[in-house]
Amino acid sequence: MDLPALSVADLQQKLRSREISSVEVLDALDARITAVDSRIHGYLSRDLAAAKELAATADVSLPLGGVPIAIKDVINVKGEQCTCASKILQGYRSPYDATVIRKLRAAGAIPFGRCNMDEFAMGSSTENSAFGPTLNPWDTTRVPGGSSGGSAAVVAADEAFAALGSDTGGSIRQPAALCGIVGLKPTYGRVSRFGLVAFASSLDQIGPFTKTVRDASLLLNAIAGRDPLDSTSLDEPVPDYTALLGRDLKGVRLGMPREYFIEGIDPQVDAAIRAAMRHYESLGAEIVEVSLPHTEHAVGVYYIIATAECSANLARFDGVRYGHRAQGAANLLETYGRTREEGFGPEVKRRIILGTFVLSSGYSEAYYGCAQKVRTLIRRDFTAAFEKVDAIICPTAPEVAFKTGDRSDDPLKMYLADIFTIAANLAGICGISIPCGFASVDGTRLPIGLQLLARPFDEVRLLQIAHAYEQSTAWHQARPKQGND
Amino acid sequence: MSAAFDVRYTAQLARLNLSEDEVAKFQAQLTQVLEYVEKLKRVDVSGVEPTAHATEVFNVFRADETRPWFTPEEALANAPRHANQLFIVPKVIE
Repeated sequence: MDLPALSVADLQQKLRSREISSVEVLDALDARITAVDSRIHGYLSRDLAAAKELAATADVSLPLGGVPIAIKDVINVKGEQCTCASKILQGYRSPYDATVIRKLRAAGAIPFGRCNMDEFAMGSSTENSAFGPTLNPWDTTRVPGGSSGGSAAVVAADEAFAALGSDTGGSIRQPAALCGIVGLKPTYGRVSRFGLVAFASSLDQIGPFTKTVRDASLLLNAIAGRDPLDSTSLDEPVPDYTALLGRDLKGVRLGMPREYFIEGIDPQVDAAIRAAMRHYESLGAEIVEVSLPHTEHAVGVYYIIATAECSANLARFDGVRYGHRAQGAANLLETYGRTREEGFGPEVKRRIILGTFVLSSGYSEAYYGCAQKVRTLIRRDFTAAFEKVDAIICPTAPEVAFKTGDRSDDPLKMYLADIFTIAANLAGICGISIPCGFASVDGTRLPIGLQLLARPFDEVRLLQIAHAYEQSTAWHQARPKQGND
Repeated sequence: MSAAFDVRYTAQLARLNLSEDEVAKFQAQLTQVLEYVEKLKRVDVSGVEPTAHATEVFNVFRADETRPWFTPEEALANAPRHANQLFIVPKVIE
């Protein structure tokens, strides 16, 4: 039996029937990581001994009892590192658990392993990690996407059963697409961000990476809900997210946004998405054309709002209370300036500067104020579309995984990789990426992601629609071969 | 508008020192990004309310009560320098 290849649901069955123990699971997973992660570099660190201690007393009757889950290195787990893939937090140890970690533990899960990422979640390729890039398990000359590229790659390479990541402009869905797995961005306010190192507070959301839609539902069951420690989390009821899985799609209406089928989209991606639409029709769903007229402005709005918020959030990294401090500075001001110069990488510096500029006196109304108003128009586009359809269907990314180094020095080109994902964050709705085919590029098979977007707090419906496609296709069963596989 | 964008001055506002290479590179790259976002100004936003965040929640109150949290030792555990339960920083005032 190939243990690490199991889904969470299948793993649970084996744990509950006592066919295997949680400690054995961790040993098998650790062996897998040792065998393949030198090529992938999806993990920054892991503590097998600490995880095995938890596994020894795991209650497998709990919803995620005894299941190890990998965590993006931006979410605090008490006693573990939380570097955000930045030199400025090298050596930092979390003094507390994030709420999602507390909830995972309450559900019996075992946080195991810290996943690589773009520094402070800023990037679309995981090349911005201060500790070296993660590579795509389907082709190690290519990027896994980002910013949660480590979380996506370790699930795709069977180095994790599931992982948590964070999505500010597509950082869960885009790497899930490029790595051929499932990635769910819940509605803004659905999952507490307490203990998530903040990038852009009006956009950030935590969500799962999994091998199946059912697994994503199981993880969302565990982490969703109001948290008094995050006042943006909403007191909406938490349904059982597996409730509608398996129901048919008769009467379900899916909207195809005409602005998302544009020039510049990879023809193989375009063909796969259109084939997925036909498949949905064969399942009983109706495809309806909808319009999201402000789509072309989403990237511009995002890079003003996200950088503005990051420039404020990252002001806390000043070398006083935690993290790196520059040595030999003559005074406090010099300590700040040099600590941040030495501690941050180029993309983080660019975004702090851009965000500071768009908020600065004389410019904030022209840039930040204007972006917030266009954001309203983008939200209204979705509200209007969801009056006609249950979900929107479109590509997750305009292309498949690109070569490492291809655009790491061209920020604007890199930003455009997020063109189909960022509107969901601006509008606060939920979205998922699921595998829907492969492109053939220079003889290599590269996964394509299908994105579904739904109304705020309508994850039950979103997951039902995603599951119906997944279970009637075989794309999610494909796994990239690693070395000795 | 972006002609007024000065990387060196903005970085100073952000308390971020830059090398000469970074100044030149970021000035060019971010000018390009600002040119890209200029097109937002063509959108008619008259009478449109700004969106600060996506949920319709404004003031969230809780009881003003103390609750257990970090011990001073835990709060200081990651500090580059500390003594007597205080963070130690270089001199602020001459």
